Amino acid sequence: MSFFKPQAQTPKAPPKHAVDPELQPWVEKYRPKTIDDVSAQEHTVAVLKKTLTSTNLPHMLFYGPPGTGKTSTILALARQLFGPENFRNRVLELNASDERGISIVREKIKNFARQTPRAQTVSSDGKEYPCPPYKIIILDEADSMTQDAQGALRRIMESYARITRFCLVCNYVTRIIEPLASRCSKFRFTSLDNQSSSSRLMHIATAEHIAVDPLVVETLISASSGDLRRAITYLQSASRLSSSTSPPTPITPRDVQEIAGVVPDDIINDFASVLGIDTDQAMSDTTPKPGFKGIRSAVKEIIREGYSASQVLSQLHDIVVLHPTLNAKQKSQCGLIFAEADKALCDGADEELWILEVGLHVSKAVS
Amino acid sequence: MSLWVDQYRPRALDDLHYHQGLSTCLKALAASGDFPHMLFYGPSGAGKKTRITCTLRQLFGPGVEKLKIDQRVFLTPSRRKVEVNLVQSNFHIEITPSEAGSYDRVVIQELLKEIAQTQQVDLNAKQRFKVVIINEADSLSRDAQAALRRTMEKYMSNMRIILCANSTSRLIAPIKSRCLLMRVAAPSREEMQSVMQYVSKRAGFDLPPEAGDKIIDDSGGNLRKAILVLEALKMQSPDLSGPLAIAKPDWETYCHKVADMIISEQSPARVMEVRQKLYELLSHCIPPTVILKTIAERVVDRVDEAIKTDIMHWAAIYEVRMRIGSKKIYHLEAWVVKVMSIYKHFFYDMDMSSFD
Repeated sequence: MSFFKPQAQTPKAPPKHAVDPELQPWVEKYRPKTIDDVSAQEHTVAVLKKTLTSTNLPHMLFYGPPGTGKTSTILALARQLFGPENFRNRVLELNASDERGISIVREKIKNFARQTPRAQTVSSDGKEYPCPPYKIIILDEADSMTQDAQGALRRIMESYARITRFCLVCNYVTRIIEPLASRCSKFRFTSLDNQSSSSRLMHIATAEHIAVDPLVVETLISASSGDLRRAITYLQSASRLSSSTSPPTPITPRDVQEIAGVVPDDIINDFASVLGIDTDQAMSDTTPKPGFKGIRSAVKEIIREGYSASQVLSQLHDIVVLHPTLNAKQKSQCGLIFAEADKALCDGADEELWILEVGLHVSKAVS
Repeated sequence: MSLWVDQYRPRALDDLHYHQGLSTCLKALAASGDFPHMLFYGPSGAGKKTRITCTLRQLFGPGVEKLKIDQRVFLTPSRRKVEVNLVQSNFHIEITPSEAGSYDRVVIQELLKEIAQTQQVDLNAKQRFKVVIINEADSLSRDAQAALRRTMEKYMSNMRIILCANSTSRLIAPIKSRCLLMRVAAPSREEMQSVMQYVSKRAGFDLPPEAGDKIIDDSGGNLRKAILVLEALKMQSPDLSGPLAIAKPDWETYCHKVADMIISEQSPARVMEVRQKLYELLSHCIPPTVILKTIAERVVDRVDEAIKTDIMHWAAIYEVRMRIGSKKIYHLEAWVVKVMSIYKHFFYDMDMSSFD
């Protein structure tokens, strides 16, 4: 029987052949197994632990920025409630990669919701699981469900509440229709603080036997802005790259930046100085203003290098906003144009035109 | 007989001429057996596609070059049929989901799931997984990108995705965080020069460096364009010496003509003439963004420093509106009128001030 054990513990892997743990993304490999493992989110974890002992669960709505552990929490909770054997027939996980139109809600979800939960099977690993008499339906990325599909859920949620609990997971709570949101108890997941992200990253690094400089961890965290999944993926990519060269080289902060698509600081600083923002204190005002032509060629250079416009803008924004000598009015004028450009880029506007536009405006505002 | 661009395209990672660091990375990744999802991004003509095919060859051996073209029909939930062309070998599939327009989500969901759920049966295959190449990933709709998210994690065991895009701005963050980003920058002047020297040597002639410089100036970092121009020039004048006239594409000269018209006269009658020319360009399938940018660049070159900023500002604004709206010509025309009015105001004010 012991042969089946490792397979049973990873029910997420396709059952036909288990994924070689070496090749598994670390995000999956180090997904928290119990809700105690979930980094940060103390409040949510405390509440959920109480439900674990009472084995009564309300409908739940998890929301928060990506990479904060929403999916991990509910998966870990479900696993702790049911154990690996029952997990498969008690939990239905649907996400945006599955078709989730109104027809699926009416058929698949409804069918699953109205089944009487199957009898509890004896768990193979000998542990006791509470295994309460209901099933859980996890709707991941629920904010990408259509309004109609959400509407169809309303009644289903109520009428089968005795035997089925729903857990909606989403980034934007505002995109969940009000009637659904009011049926759930809401849990907000906050961005991870640097302390807990760095301890988690260090934990993974030691488990994978890679030497990581504290400076690298810092870069990882700043490049991923509170998204732990992104930080872990970057770490994995960086370690992959560094270990595949012969001889293996240590990971440098610059590697991490390149993987994350961050524009190197000196390129951004050059661009800023072309726009008339002196990033270097030593630079005097004697350098002539490059004017329209200079700005245009600088923009062309950036485009040729292939950096993404949104990344360039966000880094330029950081420089402007944190700049020591610009006054409030200049900063707010720049802020206005950054906002405008971000909206335009979201609408799919041409990158070159908009970097140029931002450049021209910023240089006008600071002069 | 194929074009030089295809004929002399590097086939293996070792043959690539520039970005050596990137090549060694790709080689190491392909050898490690731990190949991640990847996202190649960079300006056009920088060599993204070439690098992808080289990587595939490194992964699977020469078998990937046996391509066949297939046409698949997908059925949307509203019972509409969408036809999509696939290029595939035994080891990879290449799709351009933007062909399916707003139904790209269906294509992504159906196709990827189908591939993900079949396993490699060939025991001699070098890798357990298949590779899916998604071209023009930046024009995927939000829905399609959301559909990719979970699929990428779930089916990691028998599928890898390589995305190819011009820029990462339009990709949603969850996709970016699941891929290894590979930036392919445009080659520098020296790199382009050396590639062109190599191509001309292979084709059996000597390229004078001055001629090479001229072609590079014209190409703006687009290597594909440079080699195409080189071949065209070679056809025109076999010795490539003396003054070279690099023929500009017709639409470009046409755009320049429009720009000149805008500057030379600002009147309702002129707007009508410009409109006719714009229609002409649009009906020849020149993308409206390209038209707007080419005209704007030309106009900006010929006007006073003071109004350049304004002209580019409005070009940017109308370009966005053009994307959101459905009638391109309205916005192009609105921009033309705006430029005319700025220009006229500028001169009017100057005249008045000189009277004072």
